[in-house]
Amino acid sequence: MRKKELSCIFSFETTTQAMAMENACKKKQIPGRIIPLPKEISAGCGLAWWAPAKEKERILAFMASEQLVYEQCDEILF
Amino acid sequence: MLYFDYAATSLRKPDGVAKAVADAILSMGNGARGTHAASLASSRMIYETREMLARLFGAKEACQIAFTMNSTMALNIAIKGMIQPGDHVITTAMEHNSVLRPLYELEKQGAVLTILPCDALGRISYKEMEESFRENTKAVVCTHVSNVTGNVNDIRRIGQMCREHQAYFILDASQSAGTFPIHMQEDQVDVICFTGHKGLLGPQGTGGLCVKKGVAIRPLLSGGSGIHSFSKEQPEQMPTRLEAGTLNAHGIAGLHASLQYLQEYGIDRIREEEQKLASYFYEQLRKEESITFYGDLDNPVHGAIVTFNIGDYDSAQVSDELAQRFSICTRPGAHCAPLMHETFGTERQGAVRFSFSHFHTMEEVRTAVEAIHTLIHE
Repeated sequence: MRKKELSCIFSFETTTQAMAMENACKKKQIPGRIIPLPKEISAGCGLAWWAPAKEKERILAFMASEQLVYEQCDEILF
Repeated sequence: MLYFDYAATSLRKPDGVAKAVADAILSMGNGARGTHAASLASSRMIYETREMLARLFGAKEACQIAFTMNSTMALNIAIKGMIQPGDHVITTAMEHNSVLRPLYELEKQGAVLTILPCDALGRISYKEMEESFRENTKAVVCTHVSNVTGNVNDIRRIGQMCREHQAYFILDASQSAGTFPIHMQEDQVDVICFTGHKGLLGPQGTGGLCVKKGVAIRPLLSGGSGIHSFSKEQPEQMPTRLEAGTLNAHGIAGLHASLQYLQEYGIDRIREEEQKLASYFYEQLRKEESITFYGDLDNPVHGAIVTFNIGDYDSAQVSDELAQRFSICTRPGAHCAPLMHETFGTERQGAVRFSFSHFHTMEEVRTAVEAIHTLIHE
């Protein structure tokens, strides 16, 4: 297994929200990718957006400007 | 074979639709159920399709589009999820059973229906609709375009009435989506119920609802959602709220392809071409004394549907002769619209429906006209 790194994880209330995030990030070359929702964040399943923790503020600002909705934002080792 | 039953389903599809379905079957996983490449390919395609539909219907966000199997399922979700015992609902005699039967079920449970009658040309009275609103009117549920006559309702006028009376407007767009413009904001529609396989030119088994932001619909189904698996309730957020279970991603891939075609070709162009063909057909036959036409066919705003009877012949016999002798496909009978046929007194005879596509050529329409002339004059 690869070594865990400090990551910024955005969870969503629907897959559609996650896809909207990916779509917008791709267009503006915002770093990150879709991952399965880590169980440390929620026991339920679902999709999440992963990015290096150092990108957190930049991504939050981007999401606000694009009116992208998320459920929760956590910094964890992933 | 000459197919004139596009109001039932589009037979010819744009190039790329069948291939998109085949490619999806061979490559796409279950969207919203994982993050591996096959699943994400499906999720991305589904999201893009939502975006295209949202644009088509003047909705602001992709999440306002929930997929279903067809219009019937969409209408059942909207009607049963928004109307409760004690509510008053306005509908019309133009409706298909996909509107009427869910409403009759609710009537048995205590909802009160006003069914607006139609005149001899199959038109409703907007004045009568205006006068039908009550304090407890919850919704107007009606079709945009009649599947029997092709008559078109003025949805902007109905939407305005609904706003003034604080009632929901649930629109059956089965015969209009992909052909007539529908703008959720400008027309003030709360829920647009559509099917993917008619005017949208996609595969059967696709359809959905476009729901105005803030309109709450109780889900008809509950089950797998791909998120919040330990919650005992269906998630509240759209579109997951209304999409329990695996979506028909393979069919939606075909719809994605047909929507791309519609964007490029233009629905105004499609409507004009279809109307031209239907008008020509009608003009060539209108002088035949033995033919009785149904609908407001002289109105320039009209769907590409021409429905008629020849004398007192059973519509099934006429349709069968057209099929057997001329390989012309039409739809006889009641078209699942009983009140429309009661209006015309055609409950027993039914009627023969020709419905046109922009894929038809004028030559094909001429062949159909000649076949009907033969049946009348032989």
